[in-house]
Amino acid sequence: MITNLLFYIFATILISSAICVIVVKNPVHSVLYLVLTFVTSSCLWMMLKAEFLSLALIVIYVGAVMVLFLFVVMMLDIDSENIKEGFFANLPLAITVGVIVLGEIIIALYGRPIITENINNINQNISNANQLGFELYTHYSYPVELASIILLLGLVIAVALTLQKTDKKAKYQNINKQVMVNSKDRLVLLDIKNNTAVDINDGANK
Amino acid sequence: MTGISIYLTIILAPLITSITTGIFGVKLGKTFSHSFTILGVLIATICSYIVLYQVQIEHHVYNGALYTWLTVGTQTISVGILIDTLTSIMLVVVTSVSLMVHIYTIGYMAHEEGYERFFSYISLFTFMMIMLVTSNNFVQLFFGWEGVGLVSYLLIGFYYKKESAIFANLKAFLINRIGDLGFLLGIALVFMYCGSLYYTDVFAKLHTIRFDILFGTNWNIITVMCILLFIGAMGKSAQFPLHVWLPDSMEGPTPISALIHAATMVTAGIFMVARLSPMYNLSETALSVIIYAGGINCFFLGILGIIQNDIKRVVAYSTLSQLGYMTVALGCGAYSVAIFHLMTHAFFKGLLFLAAGSVIVAMHHEQDMRKMGGLAKYMPVTYITMLIGSLAVVGIPPFAGFFSKDMILSSAVIAYHNHIPGASFAVFTTYASIFITALYSFRLLFMTFHGKERFLDESHHHNHEDNKHHASHKPRESPFVITLPLVLMAIPSIIVGGLCLIGFVTGKFVFGSVFNVSWIVNGFKEEAPSAIEMIKESVIHLPLYIGLSGLLVAYIFYKNPNISNKFVQSIKPIYNILDKKYYMDDLYIKVLMPCGRILGKFLWNIGDIFIIDGLLVNGSANLINRYSKILRKIQNGFINSYAIFMIFGVIIMLTFCTNLIFG
Amino acid sequence: MIGINHYLTLAAILFTISIMGLLLNRKNIIIILMSIELMLLAVNFNFIAFSSFLNDSAGQIFVFFTLTVAAAEAAVGLAILILLFRNLRSINVKDMDKLKG
Repeated sequence: MITNLLFYIFATILISSAICVIVVKNPVHSVLYLVLTFVTSSCLWMMLKAEFLSLALIVIYVGAVMVLFLFVVMMLDIDSENIKEGFFANLPLAITVGVIVLGEIIIALYGRPIITENINNINQNISNANQLGFELYTHYSYPVELASIILLLGLVIAVALTLQKTDKKAKYQNINKQVMVNSKDRLVLLDIKNNTAVDINDGANK
Repeated sequence: MTGISIYLTIILAPLITSITTGIFGVKLGKTFSHSFTILGVLIATICSYIVLYQVQIEHHVYNGALYTWLTVGTQTISVGILIDTLTSIMLVVVTSVSLMVHIYTIGYMAHEEGYERFFSYISLFTFMMIMLVTSNNFVQLFFGWEGVGLVSYLLIGFYYKKESAIFANLKAFLINRIGDLGFLLGIALVFMYCGSLYYTDVFAKLHTIRFDILFGTNWNIITVMCILLFIGAMGKSAQFPLHVWLPDSMEGPTPISALIHAATMVTAGIFMVARLSPMYNLSETALSVIIYAGGINCFFLGILGIIQNDIKRVVAYSTLSQLGYMTVALGCGAYSVAIFHLMTHAFFKGLLFLAAGSVIVAMHHEQDMRKMGGLAKYMPVTYITMLIGSLAVVGIPPFAGFFSKDMILSSAVIAYHNHIPGASFAVFTTYASIFITALYSFRLLFMTFHGKERFLDESHHHNHEDNKHHASHKPRESPFVITLPLVLMAIPSIIVGGLCLIGFVTGKFVFGSVFNVSWIVNGFKEEAPSAIEMIKESVIHLPLYIGLSGLLVAYIFYKNPNISNKFVQSIKPIYNILDKKYYMDDLYIKVLMPCGRILGKFLWNIGDIFIIDGLLVNGSANLINRYSKILRKIQNGFINSYAIFMIFGVIIMLTFCTNLIFG
Repeated sequence: MIGINHYLTLAAILFTISIMGLLLNRKNIIIILMSIELMLLAVNFNFIAFSSFLNDSAGQIFVFFTLTVAAAEAAVGLAILILLFRNLRSINVKDMDKLKG
């Protein structure tokens, strides 16, 4: 009974926060609602006995990806007033499409025999993380390698795309040179006769 | 060396030498070119004789595929080899004559430009001809068929700077296309009704479709097949009315006239019909058509040889006439006899051409017989060999032509007794042609080798025009490389007829590959002559006397030119027709060509420019352009709209899935 | 008792919301990226629900990989977004019509 209640509570939070993600004006709020969505679904996954993944979701998504989103949103100077322009113009279309998609999925869901197997059938002796780890590093070892390569690629691509090339226009200080400098290098005294030209480098090279 | 390796050697030796000479010939020099190609053909010749021995004595027949070229559905088309009695004989004929011609070319072409190219071409020709005769299916036959046609085209136009040569090779090529169209249609029909392109499968299937009729008509299917295939043979073997290219093909160098346009390529049609004898045996109508075609060739085209003055053209018309003989033999169902004549003809007609070439060399490439005469004492070897060739072509015993031609006459008579339609015509034309043959052959001989030395006037005439040293050149006997092939060809021209007579008449030499019609088999069983008997009997038979009378007439005309002039005057209208070659060239150029041009223009304007270019090519492009102008509005560059389209796609897929679940 | 269909329905609702998010936000590309994350979450929900109810860990393994790819995708997507903003000074979807044919 208490699980049923918990499910409904979490489901309500999940749906309302998901709706908030797409309707709130401020992108920062959007991201925060998304964090809430992820945390709630993590809880729901926990109820499904997928402990490892629910924790991984919090660590990976909430801890890393969402923070990344938050950084980006905050870094970019976004005009949050104009950002929702045209929102209501698209509402009818969005609702139509949403109703169709949802309706069809529901029809697909309830049009087939319902699986009645009990949640408790999962082997309780082995922890979820243990089981997943065993599977991942035996049967799925090659896909794991592939996934690691994809992550590496993501890393490299993200860096390569956003790297600001230090081209010649960029001005920067050479601290070494600044420390090593002494007054003779900076100040050159020249006797300049009347009506004669002087090469500045003469002094600098001395 | 046995089995397949020897067959491969025969096929590949000329190909390798041809490619090598063709690509590197100029770099490697003349000596290399001719010695290498001759080596290749020599190897092929020796192997051919080995194969002949294996097939004829040891009865070792081979039929197999070397390499699968392509597979379409259940059909495979492969490069295959069929070595049987007929192939072995053809191989020997082709390679022997080719070898002689190779050697001869060293002398004949010595000072010509494109020496290496020429050797490359004739080796290529040898390869193609071998492919043609060794094939075991129609596709390879067609490959060889077109291959020899191509080389023929290249060689007729060998002097590609000469306008008449270009005209002649184009003419040969185009006329052959007409024949090839028939041939291809025939092959297509064979494939359609027999479901295979291998000879053995087709022959096995023939009896089941024997009484079928062509779709949409009431024609017997086998008759249609045979006639279409024979149209191909008409093109290649220069049968009336597709013969017009052969006399013009004499524009090419003489060695190839001997090899391609007398001995081997033009007999491809004869070979093909003989190869398909089980098919032709089932269609009397087709045989009658063949008899008529042969009869026309044999007599009417032979007559044209009498009035020609170009030495090579005389021999060319003689070739047409002799091809007519072979065709008559085919039409009578005596395929083995046709092959017999093909073989003897290859030797003596090759010899005649080579001898004519020898004369031409001696006369510094002058081909007009009116400017020759009295050459006998200058060129004894050429004279004697040409005499042998002429006697053989006329059919004087015991030369080779006598036996083969006499057998053709007998076949025609047997066919006549069996009331075959057209046989009476064939009997008349073949007998009459003996006279014609004797007349033009000896006219050529007398004009060239006897009488007044007219070239002296000619060169005297030249003398005070331009070059003085020209006159001092008396014609000399040709060099050894020219006379050797002459002698080597003269020998078979004498003996091959008597030697092979029995083998061909009884069909033993072509046993298992060529099947004579029943009436011929029965007819020859009753007569079954031997060589010696035939020579004895010939004294009391008509053909010898017809031949001798032709010879006599030629002699009279030669001795008294006045008589011939008067005779020509008295038959002026006929002479004019003959002079114009029955207006066949005019028919082609003035009637058929404009018609073709009008048709072509119509097809070009309506078919090509309007329908294909206008409607199909540009039209489809325009259509796409027009609709893409509308469609490109969808591609507005906004990611959202792409996402929406994607979502609609997902919706459609979902609908489909739910239907699947409920359905 | 909460059955599998409850979870699946919840995932379906989540999915629909994310689709609507895609359609509603024509201005802010970040929201679109977030909608895509939501969509992936909905799919993951399905996987985990089936995995639990069918007692088969393959579904959870798949979610593991989905998370990996999604993380990489978010990183690359945001990198592109920054690049876009640097060049266009805007993250308005309306300004991104360079694909126009």
